[in-house]
Amino acid sequence: MPSVNLTHLDELWFQVSGTHCNLTCDHCFISCSPHNRSFGYLSLSDVQSSIAQATQEGVREFYFTGGEPFLNPEMVDILCWTLQHGPATVLTNGTVLKEEWLTKLQEAERQSRYSLEFRLSIDGFSPETNDPIRGDGTFDRAMAGVSLLCEFGFLPIITATRIWDEESDLEVLSQFKTVLKAHGYSRPRIKLLPTLQIGAEENRTRGYLQHEVVTDTMLSDFDQHNLVCSHSRIVTDRGVHVCPILIESPDSNLGQSISESLVPFEINHGACYTCYQYGSICTNASSGNTLSTTEPTVNPPDTARDDGDT
Amino acid sequence: MVIHSVTNRNTKIKSRFALFGGVYSNYLALEAALQDIRQRGVDAIYCLGDLGAFGPHPDRVFPILHNNHVIVVQGNYDDSVGNALNDCQCGYTDPRDNHFAQISYDYTLQNTSEPNRKFMRGLPPEIRLTVDDQNILLCHGSPRRTNEFLWESTTSDYYLEHLLEVQRADVIAATHTGIKWNRKLDRGLFVNVGVLGRPENDGSTNVWYTLLELRTDSSWTVSHIPVAYNHTALAREMQQEKLPDEFVDTVVSGWWTTCLEILPSKERRRGKH
Repeated sequence: MPSVNLTHLDELWFQVSGTHCNLTCDHCFISCSPHNRSFGYLSLSDVQSSIAQATQEGVREFYFTGGEPFLNPEMVDILCWTLQHGPATVLTNGTVLKEEWLTKLQEAERQSRYSLEFRLSIDGFSPETNDPIRGDGTFDRAMAGVSLLCEFGFLPIITATRIWDEESDLEVLSQFKTVLKAHGYSRPRIKLLPTLQIGAEENRTRGYLQHEVVTDTMLSDFDQHNLVCSHSRIVTDRGVHVCPILIESPDSNLGQSISESLVPFEINHGACYTCYQYGSICTNASSGNTLSTTEPTVNPPDTARDDGDT
Repeated sequence: MVIHSVTNRNTKIKSRFALFGGVYSNYLALEAALQDIRQRGVDAIYCLGDLGAFGPHPDRVFPILHNNHVIVVQGNYDDSVGNALNDCQCGYTDPRDNHFAQISYDYTLQNTSEPNRKFMRGLPPEIRLTVDDQNILLCHGSPRRTNEFLWESTTSDYYLEHLLEVQRADVIAATHTGIKWNRKLDRGLFVNVGVLGRPENDGSTNVWYTLLELRTDSSWTVSHIPVAYNHTALAREMQQEKLPDEFVDTVVSGWWTTCLEILPSKERRRGKH
């Protein structure tokens, strides 16, 4: 089974709200919900301790995920503190954001040299396409979150899990942009994600098939920097794991400290196959680690640039 | 002129270098920059790669570079065009960005002569200089990856300190992102030298190069120099070559219209689109 070395700790992730979420999405790869407390919250002190260790490794940026990170009562303080040390990205469903939090975060980012990125999950451009996956009323609540972030000058990256045929990407992207502009987001940023056939998604569609694994042959002449495990680790309340996708797999827990986690990892999971296919799906486009998921087309349907914010 | 990292202005300049990246076939801006550089006087001129892309008539930049003894580092575009690869290896992920990148790449590959492609193939991926006791590393994206984006707002001090340490460098100079910046660190200095090929998404039509000066007390001064050039003539030639209107718009407006999705939020907010 192929093994991947961590070449450098580019990104340090935090499972900051554990598996606790206010939503119960049908495709969640770690089955987060209001009742799933199998992973717990991280405190500001936990985050500070791990970041202090990671800076010794020359870490480049920080990501916060869950669950819903903003259920963690220390989330705003955590982000404000982190922005003094590096770039921060928080993955949210956008349904619980409060103006007072965004006021603080806006000021923290203004005082920082680093970007604060919001990645906001919406899985369809209408209630009819989104809500069957994410729950009744979630489309309207998430779009309200988008509008609120825009009011505070943030440019959230809308992340949509591809629950449609890949061939429809450009059409779906175009429809997404139209809807987002109608909600006041004049230059929408969108990131498409493949589904991961684990957790709740395994029940919604299917699990990984036996042949869906990465082999040594597949890695020959393959740029391993496209695999998230070659440049990331994630801190949970149980320890430091190899990547944000596999935290429920016992072999993903590589130790109790950042330094213990800097070891090779055998990529023998189905999810590793998805990472291999699409590149480091977890990181932002600005990090430049993700493989292109859509071939360039001769005449893309939406080549018009987005209007500027006013 | 934007001056940063000034340490002691009373000391004298021992060495002065001009550095630029991303010519992107903009031979008019290249000529204007070199004229400005000659007037100031420098010890050497370095281009950190990406000679083609975006602009018209890619072969026109090569004689200008050779006649002015510009020393060139290989960028991802030079590797791709030189070796006739399928795409520019720019590192975009968005379908629209990739669409325009491919138009630019196909045009540049088709219009670059074999002797110039051979020159691109032979370029070094990095250049190391030692000036007095100072070690300088010149690269395209980062010392570890030609197409790594080192944006000002997504690159921590810790990472830059790490690069300076493992590369045993006092100064690392790179480009690739298309937007200049620099940062003084405990171990040394990181400089993104900017690009000559297109304006940097600030509503101004000028482009940028960088002067790097070593002073007698071993401190460095970084000066980012704006370059005005005949951008209307470039826009006209791009139209004649049937390059996308979106590219022409950027040249005449100073705002990026493509390659937008790769920008971090701080850099994106500074733009119009």
